Amino acid sequence: MTALLHVDNISKRFGGFVALDGIDLEVQPGERLGLIGPNGSGKSTLVNCVCGTLQNEAGNVLFGGEKMDGLAAHQRTHRGLARSFQLPRPFHSMSLVDNLRIPLLYTVHARSGPLRTAADIEARCADLLKMVGLAAKSRQRPRDLTQVEMRKLELARAMAAEPKLLIADESMAGLSHSEIEDILALLRQLNERGITIILIEHIMSAVMSFSQRLAVLVSGKKIADGKPEDVVRNPEVVRAYIGQ
Amino acid sequence: MSTIKFSIVVTAIGVIVWAATHWLGIDYAYFAGYTILQLIVLSTAWNILGGYCGYVNFGTAAFFALGAYSTVFWYKFFPMPLPVLIVLGSVVSGIVGLGMGYLTLRLRGAFFSIATLALAVVLQTLVINWDFVGGSRGAYVIHPENFELAGLSVHYIEYLFVLMLVLAVIALVTARTIERSQLGYGFATIRDDELAAEACGVPTLRLKLIATTLSGAFMGMAGAPFPFYIGYLQPQSAFALDYAVNSIAMPMIGGTQSWVGPLIGTIVLGSAQQYATVTISSAVNLLIVGLMLVAFVIIAPNGLLGLFEQLRGRKKP
Amino acid sequence: MDFDFNLLMNAIVSGLLLGGFYAAVTAGIAISFGMLDIVNIAHPAFVILGSYIAYYFSSTFGIDPILVSFLALPAFYALGAAIYQVYYLSFERRGQEALRGLAFFFGLLFVTEVMLLLTFGADYRYVEARYIGPSLHLGFIELPYRLLIPCVVALAIYGALDLFVSRTFLGRAIMAVSQDQLALQLMAADPIRIKRIAFGISIATASIAGALLIVIQPVEPSVGRDYIGRVFAICVLGGLGSLPGALIAAFLLGIVESLTSTFSGPSWAPAISFGFLLLTLAFRPAGLMGR
Repeated sequence: MTALLHVDNISKRFGGFVALDGIDLEVQPGERLGLIGPNGSGKSTLVNCVCGTLQNEAGNVLFGGEKMDGLAAHQRTHRGLARSFQLPRPFHSMSLVDNLRIPLLYTVHARSGPLRTAADIEARCADLLKMVGLAAKSRQRPRDLTQVEMRKLELARAMAAEPKLLIADESMAGLSHSEIEDILALLRQLNERGITIILIEHIMSAVMSFSQRLAVLVSGKKIADGKPEDVVRNPEVVRAYIGQ
Repeated sequence: MSTIKFSIVVTAIGVIVWAATHWLGIDYAYFAGYTILQLIVLSTAWNILGGYCGYVNFGTAAFFALGAYSTVFWYKFFPMPLPVLIVLGSVVSGIVGLGMGYLTLRLRGAFFSIATLALAVVLQTLVINWDFVGGSRGAYVIHPENFELAGLSVHYIEYLFVLMLVLAVIALVTARTIERSQLGYGFATIRDDELAAEACGVPTLRLKLIATTLSGAFMGMAGAPFPFYIGYLQPQSAFALDYAVNSIAMPMIGGTQSWVGPLIGTIVLGSAQQYATVTISSAVNLLIVGLMLVAFVIIAPNGLLGLFEQLRGRKKP
Repeated sequence: MDFDFNLLMNAIVSGLLLGGFYAAVTAGIAISFGMLDIVNIAHPAFVILGSYIAYYFSSTFGIDPILVSFLALPAFYALGAAIYQVYYLSFERRGQEALRGLAFFFGLLFVTEVMLLLTFGADYRYVEARYIGPSLHLGFIELPYRLLIPCVVALAIYGALDLFVSRTFLGRAIMAVSQDQLALQLMAADPIRIKRIAFGISIATASIAGALLIVIQPVEPSVGRDYIGRVFAICVLGGLGSLPGALIAAFLLGIVESLTSTFSGPSWAPAISFGFLLLTLAFRPAGLMGR
């Protein structure tokens, strides 16, 4: 089975600093991959390179068998790659509903398929907001949201793009236990519908319960990649990350 | 209300304005009115790129002057009617806007703004050194004293006034239509967070290019009749930095997120300037613009519209 | 074409000297834009303000204009610190520096220019000093003192700034704040205070640059506008945040402008710096020695 996402030996430097050093990663369709690593290990840089926010200097990113190098971020989103940002980046001048409308208008609409009416789009936005528990605040602006609510909005907006692969970048920081469970349930729901998920998190319990496979990034290198229970027992991983 | 209804309403207002001015019968009213209407077009044009997308263009004068010099250029070849020259002027400015955007819009907003300054000077230098359009000596454009059409004869300045009125209507209707369309949403995402916009699938570069082209085209449109208005076109007056500061100050004072902002800002600031010119001196003009710009940008970042919304918001239960 | 070697050499030399002066004007932008990421397009207006202050005290009290500018340093520093405070409170803190910050400085540019116009009028002003007029002759090379001295002062400024940035804690903190504000905070230094000091220094350089300007040429309020593009062109070409880069880029620009002026006529000179800027932005925004 060909991988949905194939990160092939990519590297990225910022001046003299090597952020990513020859990363190889494969994600199968429908898989739930967890990605962990200490702060500054390059997780977000990896996401940025995969999604096109940054361009990697060496290696290739293949999505659905197609080379992504050189494609702008919006083109990759059109092809089914979606991500949420670690620090939420909502559109501040718009209501929550309008925030979700953007990916619907510009990504879903842009793909060939049944043309959606304004009512369809409105309904879809409402659905998404309900899924993340923000339906009550649909007409409000992001500045009226708590940090936690902003993370949910961030996730909802990524979902609105109807992706094949969703990268959730630390969406659970600061959430309570039950809120984490809600998000995990949501992600599992999406996964059951066939959406491949990469979960980047520090909350080990969430990562362990969710992931089918676990990859570990330390100082720009991948040091482990396999079943979660095996990876956490890997001495290098324990030393570099879990032991902290 | 729908775009068609809105267009009708604005056109009706335009007709009323014309009728009132016509009834007044003073030529000065046309001159002053033309200036204000021209500023409405310029500030609305600026706002499409500046207010909607968040990219500050300091080179309003460049696009304005391009429209003016385009008129001088084409008119020398063949004296065509002004509406045709206006279309030509907007096409020329639009193309230059596209070209400049293509060169610089991949960079951060600040670099784009600096590039627009550079463009203004480069164009001005090119024009100064180009004898065909008069160079630094300037160009005379002679127009008939009256404009005649189908038996009707009015002073030429009234004709110019009506033309600029039409252009203002077009600019306002276009701005409003964009604002409420998918394009307008896209522009707003660029302003709010370009990186997030890309991640949501918004083709930011393409949209920015559309904005610069439209903005440049409208500025050129405003500049095209200028040689006829002023009679003697010099680079210093066409490329004056004053156009830049006015077209930035007016939307910032009125409010940048809506088509109404530039309109309000132009009327408020334009009137203040006219008053100052008449009562004190014209040098104080720029001082007023500068001070108001700085004051509003600090105190009322969303302009008069923003203040109004804040007041309205407080009254809600 | 009769190639006049003398003319060429003199054009290059005066271009170099002029470039040195351009570097002095750019020093402030190298700090505010290169290191602090603040697009202070009003900087040239403050330079002109410096020129007028030098003019006023020089013509009223007979003090050397460059000396006046050094005496005026504290005032300019205070002005810079005050402006930064307003800028920070109004824009940086709210994260709106992109649109509103630019508009703010643009407004300041106009306010400064018009206030000078209303105070001093539109006539050209110039200063008199012993070194304006005579030249140093090295063989067939002519070095007018009125260009040479500003160039030397400019080099001294760069030397001082470079030492400051590399040897003092404050200077290194400024470099640090340009690269990683969080790290600086963790070092228990207040980034806002550091930036305020840096911006104050940037405006202080305008005082000296202004005096140098009026030594080189007569000044009237709108002269600053010619420099807006020049200083940003130099800063971008030299690579943001690099003082040596800005110096080299300034020399380069000065030479190119001088050659164009000499061989194609002065009316093309403005297009050079601005054309340079456009090309640099389009093709190599990181500059010659960029980060």
